[in-house]
Amino acid sequence: MGIITDVRRDNGESERAGRIDLVGEVLQDVGNEVAAVVSAPGEYVFRAFTKFFEFIGESSILLTRTVRFILAGRIDLRDTVNQMAFIGVASLPIVLVTVAFSGAVLSLYMSQLGVRWGFGGYTGGVIGLSVARELGPVLTAVVVTARSGSAIAAEIGTMKVTEQIDALRALAVSPVQYLVVPRLIAAIVMLPVLTIFSDIIGTVAGYLVAVVNGVAGGGYVSSLKSQVLPSDVVKGLVKTLFFAVVIVIVGAQQGLRTTGGATGVGRSTTSAVVISIVTIYILNFFLAYVMFGGKTAFL
Amino acid sequence: MIRAIQLSYRVGNKTILNYLDLAVEKGETLAVMGMSGAGKSTLLKCIGGLIRPTFGAVEIDGVDITRMKESELDAVRVKIGMVFQYAALFDSLNVYENVSFGLRRHKLMSEEEIAEVVRTRLAIVGLPRTENLMPAQLSGGMQKRVGLARALALDPEIVLYDEPTAGLDPITSAAIADLIVKTRNELGVTSMLVTHDIATIKRVASRVAMLHSGKIVAVGTVEEMEDHPNPIVRQFITGSGEGPIRITE
Repeated sequence: MGIITDVRRDNGESERAGRIDLVGEVLQDVGNEVAAVVSAPGEYVFRAFTKFFEFIGESSILLTRTVRFILAGRIDLRDTVNQMAFIGVASLPIVLVTVAFSGAVLSLYMSQLGVRWGFGGYTGGVIGLSVARELGPVLTAVVVTARSGSAIAAEIGTMKVTEQIDALRALAVSPVQYLVVPRLIAAIVMLPVLTIFSDIIGTVAGYLVAVVNGVAGGGYVSSLKSQVLPSDVVKGLVKTLFFAVVIVIVGAQQGLRTTGGATGVGRSTTSAVVISIVTIYILNFFLAYVMFGGKTAFL
Repeated sequence: MIRAIQLSYRVGNKTILNYLDLAVEKGETLAVMGMSGAGKSTLLKCIGGLIRPTFGAVEIDGVDITRMKESELDAVRVKIGMVFQYAALFDSLNVYENVSFGLRRHKLMSEEEIAEVVRTRLAIVGLPRTENLMPAQLSGGMQKRVGLARALALDPEIVLYDEPTAGLDPITSAAIADLIVKTRNELGVTSMLVTHDIATIKRVASRVAMLHSGKIVAVGTVEEMEDHPNPIVRQFITGSGEGPIRITE
């Protein structure tokens, strides 16, 4: 009995010791990172800038090459249609669910406050504008990034580490023409289409929630008609063209620079999603500022 | 036919190829042997136009391909078939689509003619009636044979093999080696393979080159290499743990 207790104690202690070792290692890594930043801030900043400019340079070259192939008409229609189905049609359900519930929750707050303070009649206009200008385009782009941007990086990354990209080049086939061109065209065509569906479902979901919360249905629709101009919808769709370029070019760029097997593919996929989403949000601000900014924005 | 002149390749501070000179004559099969990590695959990719050397030239039929634009290189790549270490088959395409890939992309012939080329190439590599199988359904040896069929589909003048028997059992390795000989004899291609598999080298190579420390340290027939005065070559051929080559942890 005594021996068993001792063994159990030993096991517990070694388990604890293992955990302490692990915590120690993590703390050491964090310490090293902090030490690197504190002791050599210049070098740290320099490395970060180098990586940033590498990314900008590679993405610009990739985009230029892709556009050059498109302008030269070197487009594979079958591959493009397949990508349109993957990026567009297959993304539709998840895009609809995401934007519908976002429109619904926005309408929930808006209609409750509106009914309480007497501006419930504006709910349709506010929801419509929010969805057409921001929620529809941005959420659609984010969902497509999560679903298709990650897939682009993972697929191209896997092809890179298994030498399939080299095999393409050995067969005198440009990886940019074969892999990036169809995806870019598909995203540029399908993102606005998805956004149109998003705009409709977001506004309809907002309507249902507003009516349940006591806003008059007719008032919602008339406010929507008077506040949301066709140009709001069109400008929202124009934004998605920029987002489409970001999703595909970042995904492909991260995929094509993948090294290091399965770990590398995972790293590229994560980077592609993070970089794309951050870029989309930053870009969205500037596009909104240019398209909807200024004193006359809400007139 | 193939000439590497003062070929150098560096990554950061690491020198992979160090002013290397090598020639492959038309119709011969040259095997480049060397330790793992010696730069054999890098050499092959430089010759195949897949990576640009840091310095030096690669001449194919007297034309330096290292200074060519990507579009010009494509015309050379069509003349070179490449068989990759792990086959590198396109995993979303079936065997037929893999073998016909280059022909279809370059629109070189009608679909009927393409089907005939695929059939004959698969017959050469001993895999008839496998057209509808996906790469995941094939064994390692079968994948390499499909990779060879794909490389042969464009009717190349040169075939480059990167570790053609790596990861295969001795019997499958021998079958692949025989296939390399058969390909050379039937299609008259110039072949270059990089490998550290001595049995394969003895089976296929008309000449052997030893790559060590980024340079070709010896070239000769298999018999000449077996009795070579250079102790590095002798140690490699005999697989001895004693000699100038030391494995460092």
